[in-house]
This record gives sequence, structure tokens and C-alpha cells, in this order.
Amino acid sequence: MTAPTGITRVTLLKDLRLEWRSKDAINSMLFFSLLVVVVFSFSFDPSAEESRQIAGGLIWVAFLFAAVVALNQTWARELRNQVLDAYRVSPAPANSLFIAKTLGNFIFVTVLEALMTPLFVVFYRLRALGPAWQLLLVAVLGTWALVVNGTFFAAMSLRTRSREIMLPLLLFPISIPALLAMVQSTTAILNGEGARFWIVLLVTYDLVFTTVCLLLFETVLNAE
Amino acid sequence: MTENTPVPVNVITVSNLIKQFGRFAALRGVTAEFSGGKLYAILGDNGAGKTTLLRTLAGLNQPSSGEIAILGASKFHDICQQVGYMAHPSLLYDEMSGMENLEYFARLYGITSRERCAEVIRAVGLDPELVRPVGQYSQGMRQRMSLARALLNDPKILLLDEPFSNVDTHSATEMVRLLARTRDQGKTLFIVTHQASLLEGAADEFVWMESGKIVGRTRELKRPERHGESAGGNLTGENSK
Amino acid sequence: MRKAFPILGVLTAILLSYALYMALVGAPTERTMGDVQRIFYYHVPSAWTAFILFFINFGASVLYLIKRNPAADIVALVSAEVGVVFCTVVLVTGPIWARPVWGIWWTWDMRLTSTLVLWLIYVSYLFLRRFSSSGQTPLLAAALAVLGALCVPFVYFSIWFFRTQHPQPVMGGGGSIDPRMLHVLLINWLAFSCFAFLVCWSRYRLEKLQRDVDHAHALESLLAPRGSVR
Repeated sequence: MTAPTGITRVTLLKDLRLEWRSKDAINSMLFFSLLVVVVFSFSFDPSAEESRQIAGGLIWVAFLFAAVVALNQTWARELRNQVLDAYRVSPAPANSLFIAKTLGNFIFVTVLEALMTPLFVVFYRLRALGPAWQLLLVAVLGTWALVVNGTFFAAMSLRTRSREIMLPLLLFPISIPALLAMVQSTTAILNGEGARFWIVLLVTYDLVFTTVCLLLFETVLNAE
Repeated sequence: MTENTPVPVNVITVSNLIKQFGRFAALRGVTAEFSGGKLYAILGDNGAGKTTLLRTLAGLNQPSSGEIAILGASKFHDICQQVGYMAHPSLLYDEMSGMENLEYFARLYGITSRERCAEVIRAVGLDPELVRPVGQYSQGMRQRMSLARALLNDPKILLLDEPFSNVDTHSATEMVRLLARTRDQGKTLFIVTHQASLLEGAADEFVWMESGKIVGRTRELKRPERHGESAGGNLTGENSK
Repeated sequence: MRKAFPILGVLTAILLSYALYMALVGAPTERTMGDVQRIFYYHVPSAWTAFILFFINFGASVLYLIKRNPAADIVALVSAEVGVVFCTVVLVTGPIWARPVWGIWWTWDMRLTSTLVLWLIYVSYLFLRRFSSSGQTPLLAAALAVLGALCVPFVYFSIWFFRTQHPQPVMGGGGSIDPRMLHVLLINWLAFSCFAFLVCWSRYRLEKLQRDVDHAHALESLLAPRGSVR
């Protein structure tokens, strides 16, 4: 029997390969992210001093929108040709699938963020007064918070009507504490203030929700 | 014909199986025993419950009530390594080649050998070296590749739901021949199909379903007489007509 | 048990009337805010009641996940619905109170903000129940309820810290409270709890009846020949 980590690895590689092959999806996602940044720049004047204060919030809202579009995509592939059934009848554990999907989404969303961040920095003339490495830490923790819940709720919404609207509907309320933490810590670091409380909150949030999602995923996957 | 391989009696036992989707009862009390080493063709009109029965056997549906025992186990997951499942959708990724698909699914069963994947692909009459993505296959090729996927783990039981649907006659006949050979090797096959004539020479038994129940089981391809509704499915044996 | 309902109903009505009297007349008038402050006796007990109901929802959902008990599923549904109603009361009385006192419709104070997030979480729960097909609803909803409940401490912590960094006008109950006011507050809370219990019980019976009817229909379609029922 392949170890569960082996199955996770193979599933992740398979997903990355499929994503790469259907370049349409990636390209449209990248372009969408670009559009979001531009629209925000028109809505919140970058030259105004206030905008630089709220840039932390703007970035994360932009990431959130991009993440939702990405998350809706990745499970859709498993529905075509009912491939998910093939996974379910195999001995492979449900959690390996969950971790593989979450990691895949994490990579995908990170790529989008990597595109959007330089644009934001340039448009809003952002400079980090605090330690920049902390920004990276916040980005990783925050993205994981969005993606782990997002993958879980996307799987849940596979079984519902209006699948695409259900995902943000379920994801946004529960993500509010994490969003607050992401935004506050980003703003704090950009302004050279301490962000320790928020980072600790993010770490705790990530640990708690990753654990619970892992515990509940099998139930959700097999609810027919 | 090999009868010297001892096969377990009653590979699958179903007892008063009921499956309801809201108010619609897809299975209304199915009771039957199926012994090993046979090819069962499950026939019936649309809505008879054939697909629901197969999916319930495959562990994809939870029965509303009733019992199932497959290879002695009541939970599908305990014996999933020994069951292969195939349906009308291909259960394959359109953007990957046949070999890539099979290599992935093989890993889910703990099989790491590329050679095994190639062997199974050849067994269904396809070329392992073909790099064309599965999405570009003809329906016949796609179904054959799907069958190859189901055979990867050398299962004792094969559950096939409409495998010949929209398949050209040549591919279909090839598949039937392969399935009969698989049965000869001692495996048990359950095939749901609308094209019963394809299985006329190969099937050991025809299981007729109607309105969520088994209404008869025959050796020949002749629909059993309607005796009115009987509670649960009964073995009516051969039809003498 | 059936007899108990009308008796409890009458008792609750009496209790509510008494609580209303105490809130509007009996309680001392607040020094700075005047009579407007009396809405506090609706605002705060509603929040507490909602919180208890959401806690019950969490317990029932966990019970369902472990035991798959259909009654637990109904309790979860009922407590979420009634909890959302009480949450709405908090969110409505808040602005009604804030406007005359502070001149603003909304304040991002701790209670109001947390209640808003809670309201959002449980409304999304109700949406999930409505949008999923009946077979899987209990399981999916229970999973969501567990995640939502686990989110609650994070909601409170994050808003608490946010508020200490960005102070806002606090809506009542900040510091110490006059014991007579506390007395009226507790009476109102008791009355609200009884009322909530009655509503939940009613709703529970309604839902149970509905499900029994559905079961009967399903059984009928199971036994009758196909095509004769629908």
C-alpha cells in the first residue's frame, strides 16, 4: 500500500500537471488578478495618503477574490467524468486528497499573489517600515487560512445547488477573524508597528482549522 | 472453461436493500445472493434501480436500510482493494494520456509498476505508448481505457455500469470477449447494460430489475413473466418457454 | 408533555409582561442616557440568549456527527434558526440605541461587532441547509456548525484586540452596573430564555411533524406499485 504521503504527493503532482496542461485556466486567472488590482487602483486613489494606510486591507481583499475564483476551479475538474468516484472506490484515504488539493490551491493562489503584489507595491508606492520578512510570514499564514477553509467549503459546495455562490457564502463569515488578522498585521508591519498578536492569532487559527478540516473531510467527501 | 479454481460461494449477498432519495425509492427491498466466478448481466428499463444497486455495492451510496456483504465484509472500504468499478462516464482525466491516467490510479491502489499499467492497457487492446490525451479518444477507446483502469488492481469483483454505452460494435465485442475471459479466470462480474444482446453468449445469468426490485433471474435472454409484484427479489430459475 | 406547553406558555407570558414592566417602568432611569437606555434590557439578554442557542447548536451538531441521531439534527436546525432571530434583535436594537445617544447608527464595539459576525456565520449555516439536497444536509450542516462554533473564540479575541487598538464608544454595560438594573436585566434574561425555549419547542415539533410526513410519503412510495403514487 502506498503510504498516504505518497498518495498526497502523486495527487498534487497530477493536479499541477493538469493545471499546467489546461493553460486557459491559469491565463484567465492571472488576467483576472491583474484586473482586480487595476480596478482597486481606480477605486481607491493610490496617490492619496489615506490609500497607503489602507493598502494592507486592499491587498488582502484582492487576494480573497482571486482565491475564490481559483478555489471554485480546482474541484470542478474532479466532477467531470465523475473522476471523484474513482478516487472514492479506491483504498486511498480521503485526507490525502484533501491535503493534496489544499496544497495545490495554496500554490495556485500564491502564484496569483506573486503577480498582484509587485503591482500593488508599484501602484501604491508601498514601503515596509517594519521587517519585510514578517510580511512574508503573514502572507503564508494568511493564504493558508483562506485556502484550507476554502478547499473544505469548495468540497462541501459540490453537493449543493448554486455551487459557485455557496463557496464565498460559506467561506467569508468564518474567515473574518483571519482576515482581520491578515489586514491588521500587514498594515502594522508596513507602518513599522508590532504585529505579534495578529501573527499568533493566525498561527492558532491555521492550526485549529487545519486539524478540524482534516477530521471532518472524510465525512463531507462521502456524504452523498 | 476452468472450473477447477475454487471460488467462494456467495461473493455478494444483499438483504432487503432499500435506497431512497427523498420520496423516490430507487431500491425497494432487493434480496439476492450471487456466487463467484460468474458474469451477471443486470437488465431493466430506465429507473429500475440498476445503477443505484451497482453504486450501492461500490460503496458510493449508503443504503437507507438493509444489508450488504461483499466478500464477507459489510463495509466496502475493507475490501475495496479487491473490487473494480467502471461507469458510463469515463472516470479518467481528459487532459492526460491513458498511461498517465493509469499510473496515477495505480498509485491509489499501491501499485507502482509501470509495466502493470502497460500490461492492462494492452489487455484491452490499446497501445500504452499513445500520448494522445484521453479526451480525444473515441468513445470505444475511452471505455476500454476505463475498463483497463478498473482492472489495474486485479480485482476479484468487477462492477460495470453501462460499459458499452455509445461504443462502436467492434470495441463492444472486444470488450465482451475480454470480460468473458476475465470471468474464466475466476472473477465475478456485474454488468449493468441496456444492450443485453451483446452479453447473450457470455453472461451466466441475467438479472431482471423493475421498479427497484429484482423480478427474475434467467439463464437465457428472455424476460421473465410478470408474476405481479413479489416482496423482495426471488430466484425464479430458468424460464421454460 | 403536551399539557406542559400551554402552562409554560402562560407562565412565560406572565414573566415577559413582568419583565417588560420592570424594564420600562420599574428599573431606575439611567443618569446620563435617560429612558433610551432601557433598550439595554432587550439588547443584552437577546445577545446572551442567542449565544446559548448557538452553543446548543454546536452541541447538537457534535452529537449528530458522532451518533447520527436525527433528533440532534432537528435540535441543531431549530437552535440555529431561533438564535439568528435573537441575533437580529441585537443588531436592530443596537442602532436604535446608538442613534439618539451617540448620534451614530453603528459602532464597532465589541458586542455589536461580534454579534454581526456570529449572525453572518449562522445565516450562512441556514443557507447551506436550504441549498443542499435533503440526503446530505444534516452531515454537511453539522460539519459547518462545528467550524462555525470553533470560529467564535477567534471572533471575540480578534475584535477585542482590534477594539483596544481602535477604541470606539462602548454600548452600555462597560463598567459597573447598578444592582437594581442588574436585577431587571436578569429577569428579562429569564423571560427571554423561557420564550426562546417555547419557540424552539414549537419549531421542533413542527419540524418533527414535517419529517414524519415525509417519511410516511417515502414509505408509501416504497411499498406501493410504481406509478401509482405521486
